[in-house]
Amino acid sequence: MNRDRILTIGLWVFLALFPLLAMAMGQTYWINIWTRILILGLVAMSLNLIMGYGGLVSLGHAAYFGVGGYAVALIAFHTSQGIPMLGWMGSNEALMVWPIAMLISGLLALGLGALCLRTRGVYFIMITLAFSQMLFFIVISLKFYGGDDGLAMAGRNVLAGMPLTSPTILYYVCFVILLTAFVLLSRLTTSPFGRALQAGKINERRARALGIPVHRVRLVAFVIAGVLAGLGGALWANQMRIASPDMLSWMRSGELIMMVILGGLGSHMGAIVGAAALVLLEAWLAGITEHWMLILGLILILAVLFIRRGLFLRIAGRPR
Amino acid sequence: MSIELLIEQSVNGLQLGLTLYLLAAGLTLIFGVMGILNLAHGSMYMVGAYAAAAIAAKTGSFVAATAGGAAAAGLFGLLVEFVIVRRLYHREHLDQVLATFGVILFTNEAIAMLFGRSPLFMPTPQWAAGQIEIFPGVPYPQYRIFVMAAGIVIAVLLWQLITRSRLGMQIRAGATHRDMVGALGVNIARLYTVVFGVGALLCGVAGALIGPVRSVQIGMGEDVLILTFVVVVIGGIGSLKGAFAGAMVVGIIDTLSRAVAGPAIKAWIGGPTGDSLAAGLSSIMVYLVMALVLVIRPTGLFPATGNRVSHAGH
Repeated sequence: MNRDRILTIGLWVFLALFPLLAMAMGQTYWINIWTRILILGLVAMSLNLIMGYGGLVSLGHAAYFGVGGYAVALIAFHTSQGIPMLGWMGSNEALMVWPIAMLISGLLALGLGALCLRTRGVYFIMITLAFSQMLFFIVISLKFYGGDDGLAMAGRNVLAGMPLTSPTILYYVCFVILLTAFVLLSRLTTSPFGRALQAGKINERRARALGIPVHRVRLVAFVIAGVLAGLGGALWANQMRIASPDMLSWMRSGELIMMVILGGLGSHMGAIVGAAALVLLEAWLAGITEHWMLILGLILILAVLFIRRGLFLRIAGRPR
Repeated sequence: MSIELLIEQSVNGLQLGLTLYLLAAGLTLIFGVMGILNLAHGSMYMVGAYAAAAIAAKTGSFVAATAGGAAAAGLFGLLVEFVIVRRLYHREHLDQVLATFGVILFTNEAIAMLFGRSPLFMPTPQWAAGQIEIFPGVPYPQYRIFVMAAGIVIAVLLWQLITRSRLGMQIRAGATHRDMVGALGVNIARLYTVVFGVGALLCGVAGALIGPVRSVQIGMGEDVLILTFVVVVIGGIGSLKGAFAGAMVVGIIDTLSRAVAGPAIKAWIGGPTGDSLAAGLSSIMVYLVMALVLVIRPTGLFPATGNRVSHAGH
């Protein structure tokens, strides 16, 4: 077994045992923080699929995350208020609501992806940012659904009848989802589809010449990433009990890119490590000074200038 | 809706368009010549606005404030170029995005430390405090007229600089055949610094001029940056002509959809649904236009030729 593999398994074991560890040390507060890390890890992993494997730098990935969150909060709102949606009385069942959130995010990714993927390079960066900002403005203008303040959820969804109020249960739900996504994405990226996606990144013209439908492959990857980000948003809204406009903000999109880069571009495990590193770094800096963003900005600049590869890839010693 | 309102709002739209042009021109030149995507472009606008507001509060002189704002933004731009951007020329766009994103975080927080988090207000200069009638029955603030005039003068000067001067020739050449210009003995490093500095200077002027019209606050840079992106996408990146056309389209559509189309939708549908729909639709109109342009012409209305082609594969 190489270092990469040992590290990956070690990290999963750590994640699996973390709540027990936290409870043993009486630090249950950390379970909530690490639940957020798991969720953001899922979203960062989805971004890594299109960015690390597809070479598509999306500066608007928070849009799918936010829309997934809003879908869940909106259904919860209608259900609790007894206002039917298109004749449907709503539900609190996660097995019902979360797939809807994923579907909506996926459809959104399909529509916006079809538009954005007409462009390349910096255009793509600017356009993904612009469209996510458009959704941000739409959400803010929905005064009926809370506008600026966001849309609070009266309670969390229930999963197959099981309430998710306990932080530990929610942690393990997120853990299982993340692990499933990790396994699926790892298989996807080594499948012919994944190879085609990477071929489009490395040399688009050659990939086309080989008969790979680069555009379609990218669009499919974009939709998969949108669906996973939407699921992440649904989990986040449950964890925070609110869907707020800052879920869609471009700061969030920037943070997601930072996570992917911090962990190591093109590594599924790296995205999770990056999410953990950024969340913990922010929490640590925020404890030191109110002006932690200043330091974070500096760290980011220095990291880009001097650390060329992500944390995970560095520690794992994986060759480029 | 009256014809007077339509005229007034159209002029407002032109004014927004001219302001956006000052920013878009810099952004598009920096990308066209240097191949750098500068997310911190909005931060330079913010630095200009804050410096101008601070100088105006100290000295009470509008001229000093504008000059100081432009100078502060220009110097800040040179510093960013010298310390950070210079090392990113041969990097991927992703690295440029991240590093300049870091500059945004840093600048926003630095401004918060220096000036606090509450917005600053910059007074309208005495000599432009009144209103004049631009059309029978349409009074309009003098200061806004001045901002438009200044915008037009700067746009013309910039055009002259680019099309008539030796420096402009180098910039144009750099925007189409970067490597060739270097091979012909032009000091490329110096040219890049100048272009970046000019771009930042234009941001500073825009920030200083807009100070009395809007409140000066943290985050103002990001708001305007995203509109500037829309401008550049619509116009075609790397082209000044495109930046101008895009700025006018975005300025007028954004203003009119908020002032005219919004209330019309509200009146038509009515109730809270109408309110939400009006607010939502009018704020996203420019993005819909951008989507439309993308469908019809993915490279914008006035696509630049040259370097851009070599970037297409990224």
